[in-house]
Amino acid sequence: MSERPDQRRRLRVGIDVGGTNTDAVVLDETDSVVATAKRPTSPDVTEGLRAALDAVLAELDDPSLVTRVMLGTTHATNAILERRSLGRVAVLRLGLPATTSVPPLSDWPADLRDVVAAGAAIVRGGHFVDGRPIAPLDTDAVKRFLADVGSEADAVAVAGVFSPGSADQENQVAEIIRAELGDVAVSLSHEIGSLGLLERENATVLNAALYGVARDVTTALQDALDSRGLKVETFFAQNDGTLMAVDYAARYPVLTIGSGPANSLRGAAYLSGVEDAIVADVGGTSTDLGVLVGGFPRESAAAVEIGGVTTNFRMPDILSIALGGGTMVGAEPRSVGYRIGREALVFGGPTPTMTDAAVAAGRGTVGTHGVPDQWRVRLAEAVARADELVADAVDRVALGKADRPLIAVGGGALLLAGRIPGASEVIRPRHAEVANAVGAAIALASGRLETIVPTGNGNARAALIEKAKEEAAARAVAAGADPASVQIVELSEIPLSYLPEPAVRLQVKAAGPLSR
Amino acid sequence: MQARISTDDVPALARGCAVLGTGGGGDVRAGGLAARRAILEYGEVPLVRLDELPEDALILPLSGIGAPTVSHEMIHAEDEPVRIRDEVERIFGRPPAAVMSSEIGGGNGVAPVAWAARLGLPLLDADAMGRAFPEVQMVSMYVAGVPANIVIMSDVVGNVVTIRPVDGLWSEQIARAVCVASGSSALMADYVLTARECRGAVIEGTVSRAIAIGRATEGAQDPLAALQDELGAVRLITGKLTDLDRRTTGGFVRGTVTIEGTGDDRGRTLGLEIQNENLVAVEDGRVRAMVPDLITVVDTQAATAVQTEGLRYGQRVTVLAWPCDPLWRTPKGLETAGPRAFGYDLDYLPVEKIAP
Repeated sequence: MSERPDQRRRLRVGIDVGGTNTDAVVLDETDSVVATAKRPTSPDVTEGLRAALDAVLAELDDPSLVTRVMLGTTHATNAILERRSLGRVAVLRLGLPATTSVPPLSDWPADLRDVVAAGAAIVRGGHFVDGRPIAPLDTDAVKRFLADVGSEADAVAVAGVFSPGSADQENQVAEIIRAELGDVAVSLSHEIGSLGLLERENATVLNAALYGVARDVTTALQDALDSRGLKVETFFAQNDGTLMAVDYAARYPVLTIGSGPANSLRGAAYLSGVEDAIVADVGGTSTDLGVLVGGFPRESAAAVEIGGVTTNFRMPDILSIALGGGTMVGAEPRSVGYRIGREALVFGGPTPTMTDAAVAAGRGTVGTHGVPDQWRVRLAEAVARADELVADAVDRVALGKADRPLIAVGGGALLLAGRIPGASEVIRPRHAEVANAVGAAIALASGRLETIVPTGNGNARAALIEKAKEEAAARAVAAGADPASVQIVELSEIPLSYLPEPAVRLQVKAAGPLSR
Repeated sequence: MQARISTDDVPALARGCAVLGTGGGGDVRAGGLAARRAILEYGEVPLVRLDELPEDALILPLSGIGAPTVSHEMIHAEDEPVRIRDEVERIFGRPPAAVMSSEIGGGNGVAPVAWAARLGLPLLDADAMGRAFPEVQMVSMYVAGVPANIVIMSDVVGNVVTIRPVDGLWSEQIARAVCVASGSSALMADYVLTARECRGAVIEGTVSRAIAIGRATEGAQDPLAALQDELGAVRLITGKLTDLDRRTTGGFVRGTVTIEGTGDDRGRTLGLEIQNENLVAVEDGRVRAMVPDLITVVDTQAATAVQTEGLRYGQRVTVLAWPCDPLWRTPKGLETAGPRAFGYDLDYLPVEKIAP
């Protein structure tokens, strides 16, 4: 058996934009890491991204072998937090005469609403939980609304009551928008979020507001690749640790929010070869702990707030503690941050940091200088305190199961002790310092779906669950997955109370490797 | 000066109602948003005591009825209370003088602020449960023997249904059937009664109590201690949720939750029996608190209430228990909402006797 050399040497780049650093890695066909780079994240994000890309490409003999680039970025998050580059959105809810007690955008911070809202209306339409329409869709009211605000809107967001179970009216509105306004961008809530009208509507409006940001980052990445003569496919990382093709990301930019922790967890799983574990990602100012279940991040049940707006995205369940490589000993939780290279004692600086404490404790060798003796006692005490913090955090995320290993990743991973109470062992995989970028590079493409399924009639229920699986798989393929190898990776049924006939909330997720 | 509920009071009221929900009572978020909007639109809501109202003033006890999951999606129509008020006026020949919450626990404790604001009526500082209960007849008026004369329901599309039930059990069954036909979401006035009839038949002071509970944790150094102190509650355990067996039977979420102690409570295990609300707490085969006393699971750090549907493996929680209103400890009260009313073969013992 011989492989064609060009096949074996086909390369791909993973990039993760974090709060402090932008990391980049190159992986070959066998998923082996062939190059890594770390650069500071720039205020505009894009410059740091270019710098990291340049640095990692410079490591390669022949950058033209790169065929794919996977990017996990904070562009969308920053745009929302800074109220910058956001599009104006016309918000249409289908639900009249219901839902008038809480109109669209009621819970938005006023400054964000002023920037984003081009107008909002509730029109007759929407569905009941059992699929009956609340009212027939009022197509005239939709047209009147579009005529009123269409000229001021960069995009339209549409949210119908119970649309995750009955999407027909939202799709009908999309057709009307196309007919009335031409090719203005449209976000439909049943494609974006799960049950919970206000949260799903919020996510849909944020998505619509981010189309311009998605275009900017796609263009910036494409320019960076073009100027280096690279002809590649590009993918974006999303909040559940999977990828979407660039044209899919252009339609669902809001899904890129929160990809960093997910990438880190997935990268840790890949680098260690362990699928069920606790992951501790130690950065400059904080340590993020999460849990891998079957190779995917355990997700948080709590509502997720983005820039003051409540959404119902499922994000990795992360516990952050204020402990990082730059944490100042005696002034915790303050950190020297990116200045560690000149502030820490081991770099000849004046400030004792947790990195110095770890070196003094014999946990690793870093820097250019030894640790002065007069600090040894205080540093030893700091290490003991840090170990307690970590042990408590591990216990908190471990759910009482002490038999799983802990995977130590991130630039500050040497802080972690060789044995940690609550973990069966501590694994330190190679390239752990860029686990997040690796996670972006090796990610699968996925699709997910949430709907309500009655459980009274066994046959009908089985057919509905089958249909939901097919739809989730189709979404995964649309996101870039290989149709031949898409699998259902998650299926959960949550019983609902007080309903006339027994029903469950069904959540399905399909994922698969990118098509060749 | 008369007390008024302003937009500033809404977040505290919502937190307090979530605590009094004992795991059920529905989400407080949509009710809070509706209350805020209605106050901005129609003005602040006077909070009145029963003794401030004339004897023959009509009190309108309102509550949303439906499935919690549906309530996250099917937001109420603003005019639902208007149709109920109009129906009351048609039947009784005079409009109601005040709105009352039927259930202070959960979303039904917060939303009445929106309904009162919409109607331009004061809110009575009282409710019919002092907590949350799953069934329509589990109200103080039923326990006090006020005849269940009338139920008026209004739904999101504008249907109005008036029921004249023979007793509280029938009002539960018929109201539930109407609710299902309306898409598992409706607004309901259960009992329309005069201020005179309310005496001894409602639980007074519960709206201001909910606000006080919500305020107690605001900016507190130790929110959990502040909450426990405000409630006069016993801390049953502080630990983490290690097992969760949840299923739906007969339209209710039932289940058992296991919490393993941490810190000072290491080595202890508390089991919690749930039917939408937290009903019975058991440790080592010994019951430490039971319905109708209140049992609430709160986040150990923030001291915010965790609802039954929000319980997840691994949560760091504290379980608090405290005494219910004396009305629920009467024979009729226990028959209506004691442990046996929920199918537990237990003789009721007050939490202050069995918990410490």
